[in-house]
Formats: sequence, structure tokens, C-alpha cells
Amino acid sequence: MTQDLTTILPELLLALYAMGALMLAVYTVKDGMTGFLTWATAAVMVALAVLIGTREGSATAFGGLFTDDAFARFAKVTILLSAAAVLVMSQSFMAKRGIARFEYPVLISLSVVGMMAMVSAGDLMALYMGLELQSLALYVVASIQRDSLRSTEAGLKYFVLGALSSGLLLYGASLVYGYAGTTLFSGITTALQGELPVGLIFGLVFMLSGLAFKISAAPFHMWTPDVYEGAPTPVTAFFATAPKVAAMALIGRLTWDAFGGIPGQWAQVLAALSVVSMFVGAVAAIGQKDIKRLMAYSSIAHMGFALMGLAAGTAYGVQAMLIYMAIYVTMNIGTFAFILSLQKDGVPVSDIEGLNQFAKRSPGKALAVLILMFSLAGVPPMLGFFGKFYVLKAAVDAGMTWLAVAGVVASVIGAFYYLRVVYYMYFGTTEGQSQSRSSPMEAVALFGVAFVILAAVLNLFGLEPAAMAAAQALIG
Amino acid sequence: MNIGLEHYLAVAAALFVIGIFGIFLNRKNVIVILMSIELMLLAVNLNLVAFSSMSGDLVGQIFTMLILTVAAAEAAIGLAILVVFFRNRGTIEVEDANVMKG
Repeated sequence: MTQDLTTILPELLLALYAMGALMLAVYTVKDGMTGFLTWATAAVMVALAVLIGTREGSATAFGGLFTDDAFARFAKVTILLSAAAVLVMSQSFMAKRGIARFEYPVLISLSVVGMMAMVSAGDLMALYMGLELQSLALYVVASIQRDSLRSTEAGLKYFVLGALSSGLLLYGASLVYGYAGTTLFSGITTALQGELPVGLIFGLVFMLSGLAFKISAAPFHMWTPDVYEGAPTPVTAFFATAPKVAAMALIGRLTWDAFGGIPGQWAQVLAALSVVSMFVGAVAAIGQKDIKRLMAYSSIAHMGFALMGLAAGTAYGVQAMLIYMAIYVTMNIGTFAFILSLQKDGVPVSDIEGLNQFAKRSPGKALAVLILMFSLAGVPPMLGFFGKFYVLKAAVDAGMTWLAVAGVVASVIGAFYYLRVVYYMYFGTTEGQSQSRSSPMEAVALFGVAFVILAAVLNLFGLEPAAMAAAQALIG
Repeated sequence: MNIGLEHYLAVAAALFVIGIFGIFLNRKNVIVILMSIELMLLAVNLNLVAFSSMSGDLVGQIFTMLILTVAAAEAAIGLAILVVFFRNRGTIEVEDANVMKG
């Protein structure tokens, strides 16, 4: 029992912290605590990331319900650090717009607990509880700007489609339970030996479609643009980072830990999702006028690329997916730090037209955004290129050359809209109205990420061996 | 007639499909969508209990308990979001959730 508690110590600490923070704020000055709680939450998350990062080996707790291995740790560190970064950089935006409520850091902590439980799940029940803890907190966060029609509408749409996806996932889980006779991933692996019941395949497909909703892979992406546009920008920045890593890691966990014996069955589903996502993301983003909507389609396309790594069905593919997600999160933090700083007469704006001739107004920031956009498009030698390189190589090595070719074509189409932002900034014909007034943390995030994108060319900061250890822990 | 596992599965599948159609075909009221979501979750519960009872394994019923609890929390959050949406929009018709088009 003590052993079990030690294994889940990070989750336990964060959950206790969230409840303690809630009590503290409720019984003292309420929203006056927001600034302090934001920094405290970020500090706790970074401390937990360090704690998790120093752990070694692998352990299971509660009879296999919970797994702590290098794969879970890689995902957890990425989730914790990105959540902390988003919290810190969005603090001044929330304060300026009067939406700095003390519930925000508490809800973010709870959703992060859910994400940590998801990536460590060793059982269908643990998977479901983690996913719901994450989702329920995120529904509330999406509509945190209670007096804004757009924010509440975003929350409503996110809720309805999120609940639908949970339903699909659960229906799949019930079929898997019925035909495998157990909810434990290890038990499902055993049940797969011998003749394959068709109910298990149905269950797997239902579960994958439910999870595809969560990572906004096409054709389950309809909620993404509306929610990204309607939710307050700090919330959008959060949606685009940590939950995506968690859900993607959960797909890896489910496919390998439970269904690792039949990669042929799920690899084709993931490959199909990957191709459709890459093309939908690339083509639909072209006509967008709002940069938050643009980032929504951009994330759909990026999820397609990350899925390509998983679809390869190899250890190298899992490694490529993890590297891709870490790079994707880094780039998104930088881009959203820039979007957070955009305003016109003190009102936040997010239209792309407003960026016309932005380079004349703030040359330094325009350069940083240029680096970010090139990286998102995957132009070498930026960081984003390496992410794409790894997943494409994984697909080719696994004999899925057609998938890699489709990825390159989609990447070229996608480059158009990233470069269009750069074109507007440097060669726009009319004078745009958007100003960028960064708070200190936004500036640190924007320029820091731009620097990382250039500097990581050297050795990716040791990302590759860490991701390799994680992939090997998953596939065993 | 002997009622077997397949009968339960068929009923659950029918309820689940009705739930999905309730979400997508309903153009009237968001409350109906909340009811459809509940219907989907209850179909899953029926599935789990049927499997659990037929195989003599209790885990399925434990899973059902967890789903019931989460469904209650989900309904509470859904209604809360619906209330703030109603305050801003003055209506809860599905067609009127259209400030952002996607």
C-alpha cells in the first residue's frame, strides 16, 4: 500500500495542492489570490516535473491500474512544464481583461492531475477517470469568461462534443471489457492471443474515435476552430498544448499496452486519421482570417503528423511521436505568447489582416514570429523541421512510404498559410492596426521559444535519448 | 423465449444510436442534447452490466458505478454552462449557438 502511494505521489501532491489552494482562496480574499495562486501553481508544477524527471525504472500501483514508466514520465514532464509556462505567461492578460479568477489555476491543476492519470493508465477504468477529470475541468475553463457570449458558446460546444466523444470511448471500452473479460491492459493483451473476437476490434475502433476527438484529429475536429476562437486566448493556449500531449500519449498507451499484439489492426486506423487530419488542417486553414482559428487548423494538421509516428507501429515511431509533441508544444507556447500580446486600442484582437506591415512597428517581434512560423511550417533548419523529419523517417522505415509522401505534400500546402502571416508582416500593402504590447512574461516566452527553436538545432537538448528511453519503456 | 447476452447488447446498441442521433439531428433545444448524452452513457452502463452478469465478473459493475458518478458531475457542469450561455444569449436553441461559424 505504501509502495502504491509512493508511485502515485506526484498526482497525489498536485491533487492535494489543488484542493488546498481552492480552500485557501475561498476563505481569504478570493480573486485577490489569483496572482499568487498562478505563480504558486506554476512553481508546484515545475517542482513536480523535477521530481518526476529524477525517477527511474518502472512500477505499477493498485494491482496494475496505474503504471509509472519512462513513457509516462516523458509525457508528464512535457505536460507539467507546458501547463506551467501557459499559466505564467497568461497571468497579465487575464488580469487586464478582468477574468483573473482564482478558480483558473485550481481548475488547470485538476485537469493536469487528470492528464497525469491518463498517461499512466493501466486499466480502462483508470483511463476513463483520468480523461473525465481532465475534460470536466477543461469544459469549465473554456467558459471562464462568464459574461462573454463567445466564451460561453465555446464552452457549450466543447462540452457537447466532448461528452459525445467520452460516450464513444466508453462504448468501445464496454465492448473491449465484454470480449476480453477484463479491463486491465495486461489482461486485454492476453485475451488477444488466439482467435480475435470481432467485438474487440469494434471496441478498439470506438475507443480510437473517442480519443481522436480529444486530440482533434479529422474527421473528429469540428469543435476545434470554434472553441479555439471563442475561448479566451490564455485558455486556447492551454488547450493547444498540454491536453494534446496527454491524449496523444494515451493513444500510444492504449494501442501498445493493451493492443500491442495486433498493430496491424490499429495502425491502419491511425494512418487514415493521420492523412485526413494533415490535409484538412492544411487546406481548411488557407481561408482563415482569424489567427486563433488558423492555429486551430494548424494543430489539426500537427496532430496528423504526430499520429503518423504512432501509425508506423514501431518503437522508433513512438519515439518520433514523443519528440514531435514536445516540439509542437514548444512552438505553440511561443506563438500564443505573441497572440496574447496583440491588441488594438487596448482591446485584444486576433485578425490576420491587422498584422499588415507589423515588421515596421516592432521589427524584433516580427523576426521572432518569422522564426516561429517557419518552424511551424517545418522549414529547415528550424526545430519544427526535426519533428517532421522524425515522423516521416518513422513512416518510411515502417514501409509506409505513401503516408510519408502524403505528409510532405500536406506540409507544403500548409506552409502557404504560415508564410502568408510572414508575408503580411513584412510585405503587407495596407497599414495594419494591431499593436503588440507584451507583458514581461509574454516577451520572455516569445523570444525564449524563438531562441530555443534556433539553438535546439545543435542536439535538441537531449530530447532524443529521453524519447527513445520512453518509447522502449512503452514497447518493452 | 430465453433472454441472452445478445438481446441486452442489441438494446444497448439501439439506445446508443438513438443518443448519437439525438445529438446530431436535434435542431431545437440544448436540453435535449444533454438528455441524449445521458442516454448514451446509460446504454454503455447496460452493456457493462450485461457483460458483467453473463461472465460473473464484478469489475463491469464497478465500472458502471464510476460512470454513473461521472455522468452526474458531467450533467451538473453541462447545465451550469447552459445557464451562463442562456444569460448571455437569452435562448438555448441549438440554431442560436452560432456566433462562431465552423
